[in-house]
Amino acid sequence: MPNTPKYFDEMNGTGSGPRLPYEAYCKWFAGENNARLLEKSEEAEALFRLIGVTFNVYGDPDATERLIPFDLVPRIIAAREWALLSKGIEQRVRALNAFLHDIYHRQEIVRAGRMPAEMIARNEAFLPQMIGVSPPGDVYTHIVGTDLVRTGDDEFFVLEDNARTPSGVSYMLENRETMLHMFPELFSKVKVRSVGQYPRSLRRSLSACAPDACEGRPRLAVLTPGIHNSAYYEHAFLADQMSAELVEGHDLRVVDGRVAMRTTQGYKAIDVLYRRVDDEYLDPMNFNPDSMLGVPGIMDVYRAGGITIANAPGTGIADDKAIYSYMPDIVEFYTGEKAILKNVPTHRCSDPQALKYVLDNLSELVVKEVHGSGGYGMLVGPAASKKEIEAFRAKLTAKPDNYIAQPTLALSTVPILTEAGLAPRHVDLRPFALMSPERVDITPGGLTRVALTEGSLIVNSSQGGGTKDTWVLED
Amino acid sequence: MRLRVEHKTHYTYNEPVPYALQQVRLRPKSRPGQTIVDWDIEVRGGQVEVAFEDEHANSVDLVSFTPGETEIEIICRGTVDVDDHNGVVGPQGGYVPLWLFQRSTDLTKIGPQLEALIASAEQEGTPLDVLHGLSAHILAAVPYSTDQSAADLTAEDVLSAGHGVCQDHAHVFITCARALGFPARYVSGYLMMDDRIDQDATHAWAEAHVPELGWVGFDISNGISPDARYIRVATGLDYRGAAPISGLRFGKAGEAMSVALQVQQQ
Amino acid sequence: MLGKTAGGLFWMFRYLERAENTARMIDAGLRISLTRSSAAESEWTAILSSTGLSETYASLHGEPYGAKIIDFLLRDPNNPASIMAQIEGARMNARVVRTALTREVWEAVNECYMVLKRLLSQPVEDRDLPRVLQIIRQRSAFVRGAKHGSMVRNDMYNFGRIGTFFERADNTARILDQKYYILLPSVRLVGSASDNVQWDTILRATSTTRAYQTLHEGETDPMAIARFLILDGRLPRSLAFSYRKIEENLGFLAEEYNARHECHALADNLCGRFKTRDMNAIFEYGLHEFISDFLRDSAALGRQIEIDYRFSE
Repeated sequence: MPNTPKYFDEMNGTGSGPRLPYEAYCKWFAGENNARLLEKSEEAEALFRLIGVTFNVYGDPDATERLIPFDLVPRIIAAREWALLSKGIEQRVRALNAFLHDIYHRQEIVRAGRMPAEMIARNEAFLPQMIGVSPPGDVYTHIVGTDLVRTGDDEFFVLEDNARTPSGVSYMLENRETMLHMFPELFSKVKVRSVGQYPRSLRRSLSACAPDACEGRPRLAVLTPGIHNSAYYEHAFLADQMSAELVEGHDLRVVDGRVAMRTTQGYKAIDVLYRRVDDEYLDPMNFNPDSMLGVPGIMDVYRAGGITIANAPGTGIADDKAIYSYMPDIVEFYTGEKAILKNVPTHRCSDPQALKYVLDNLSELVVKEVHGSGGYGMLVGPAASKKEIEAFRAKLTAKPDNYIAQPTLALSTVPILTEAGLAPRHVDLRPFALMSPERVDITPGGLTRVALTEGSLIVNSSQGGGTKDTWVLED
Repeated sequence: MRLRVEHKTHYTYNEPVPYALQQVRLRPKSRPGQTIVDWDIEVRGGQVEVAFEDEHANSVDLVSFTPGETEIEIICRGTVDVDDHNGVVGPQGGYVPLWLFQRSTDLTKIGPQLEALIASAEQEGTPLDVLHGLSAHILAAVPYSTDQSAADLTAEDVLSAGHGVCQDHAHVFITCARALGFPARYVSGYLMMDDRIDQDATHAWAEAHVPELGWVGFDISNGISPDARYIRVATGLDYRGAAPISGLRFGKAGEAMSVALQVQQQ
Repeated sequence: MLGKTAGGLFWMFRYLERAENTARMIDAGLRISLTRSSAAESEWTAILSSTGLSETYASLHGEPYGAKIIDFLLRDPNNPASIMAQIEGARMNARVVRTALTREVWEAVNECYMVLKRLLSQPVEDRDLPRVLQIIRQRSAFVRGAKHGSMVRNDMYNFGRIGTFFERADNTARILDQKYYILLPSVRLVGSASDNVQWDTILRATSTTRAYQTLHEGETDPMAIARFLILDGRLPRSLAFSYRKIEENLGFLAEEYNARHECHALADNLCGRFKTRDMNAIFEYGLHEFISDFLRDSAALGRQIEIDYRFSE
């Protein structure tokens, strides 16, 4: 770090003694012994393995099923802090939804000169097939995962808005189950808001977006690419918890004007499809013709009002990192309010002046691919070697449009349990918001990802990150 | 002019087809200069699953085959009144932003031969002059010929072939017009040729967006702008986006297609 | 329920049953090679044949040889039907149908897989073999128990049961098919009946030695063994018992879905053979022919179930 900033530790703040939200937990912790907790840690791992909460690593055929390490020290958020966050997330989700509607209709934001047309024209996630389509209930982003980081007492930043198919909610739920299983007594000492209602809320929220063609109680299904997908566990888990069918593309076809699934008793129409398959693979007839994961004609049934697809096709444009840099404007344009949650200042490398600044300051910046995810293809300047920086410089110069850069944030830390006791590690937070025509429903909690390597700022599970249970305290 | 159309597309397969879908863009719409008096689509060997409007406001029917069929026939019958507007279609309606029509597609990618063609075309005068000049220039460079036309020739491939059909001409024109800064699109439709009732095939031409006038049609193959003998059916960024019938089929069956098309004045 | 899910449940329980059956056969072969080394080689050959894997084995390893065969059946990665492969297949299907399983059943399958993956990561030493075989049977039984204790008795349960009994009947029939000639009445006339090592193999390979003795007071008689394994409705591994269960579960499906299909007629026909024929009639028809017919018709039933309940397109 250039100025060696002191990191904000969420348990201990900057001073001595625990911060208020952690007081009760720390009192409990003081009475525990490290060896017993380490044993519990192993117990938790065995439990996760047995349940099968595993993920697959792309391009690693040998280690097909891995566990995301779970750290049993919770990340605790005070009621007051949560109130601010959830208000800010709701505002953002509503703005994103309005933005998507606008982008696929009149593009008022472009007409008003608040966003250049190229931002959309050059964006690969923009789906022309969605132009003029109004999804049932006018909901585009049924599920949003907002990635937040913290740098100080009241300093939160939004890092990313995941508006395609955000994953990780099964960890939010299983982490809590595991904590309840291992430390039941702890939950009588600390009043933590429940997250277990999420699957029911999801079911209700999706059902509220059923298409006009739906008769009676909406029939839901979760579309998965299959058991080899890295998030298959989550797909099966959510289908199971929502009492929805877990389907793959080859279980579905267009029958009598609807998308229907092949059951033991013939084809049955689906009303709402929670798809965990990317746009590109959703419909070989309308998108990538080589896709084996999708359903031919589903886009046509969708455009005819015969099915709800959640999230709507084409929402990817809203979680593009270049569009992200316009989020403060987007929030203001569609809600008429200032954004409650701050954006990280972002340099768009497509702009020559910004590019020059970024190239001059590579060792201090974080540079990301515009469409990248999973922590791949990014440069963390302060942690990179000279060689890595020079290699990245070449990539950046060759294709500046493809990158944005941000200052390296002093991400807050929360302690994890190690052999030598507690040790601070950097974290981020992904709460999950559900949107239906009536409301935005944000589950109090979320997925806390933690960089397990000392000093590391990359929390992605594919890059050696772990997870924690996230506690939002009752008022 | 009142035109009467009967258009049959017949597919046969050498073995039963387990499952297949077709997107059918064969419903012309009423618009200034074109009034649909009546229009019907009949499907034999299949059924219409849904009908919807795509992003270009084309009416699309999604047709599924009856499982195990070896034949399917799509029959359009209708009557359309058309006026001559000198090819002027008018301003862009709907939600599609004009920049979309400057996107290149796989079939309309610029290449060295296309660039050379553009460079050699007359670029002085009003936009209309330039575009008419371009149209004539293309026809001269790529004479009309029905010899060995592959359905999926790219614009650059068309120049290599040295001749082409209406679809190829439209692709070359669209690519060049876009390179010159004009939004451009592909149009599929019907043309009543003066000397006959039985037409060989459906027709295709192009439209370019010209300031003040809006969309203007150019039938490159015939060297004119569409008149009262042209029925505009569907538009898209290229053939694939406006194709009368495009499908997806499971199984290994081989396909043979025949078209019977009559367009006549009533 | 999705057709794919029905198929997944059917196959998941078939795979588990087959893994367990293969373990029984290894057990039988092991027993014979310990007690009657002279007969061991031909018995191993017979066991390989009844698993239908003789050719695969021969192409990989050549001559039949006890330790090689054991490793081949247990864990050889080149054997697509090894016990490990069966367990992996069962678990893969369990993942596909995860939403149709209770947590108990899923965990039992997953743990079965994790335990065996560890136990079979290297060749099993002779002295550990009995224990490993026992664990395989036990883990498979745990899954059955979890299913029995936690799953609702609906179509999901029925498809799993049909898979179990379909595989079991198939297995019993294959063993009989390998050994039918020693059960023929003529064998007794030849006078070789005193050497009942082969009868012993049949009973051991189906884990029915004890049951047989209990019900037949220790008298070993080929006709009785054949009747026991084919017609005895008290024996849970007999053809008659397995088919009664298949018929019953198909019946529940017909009731739940309010629809009978062609598979019901096929199953009724197969069941009828066990209800209307006694052992004399079967011998008269020909034991070999009877079993061949059965294997052929049961394979047809399996295919028909797949079609009728739309396991795949």
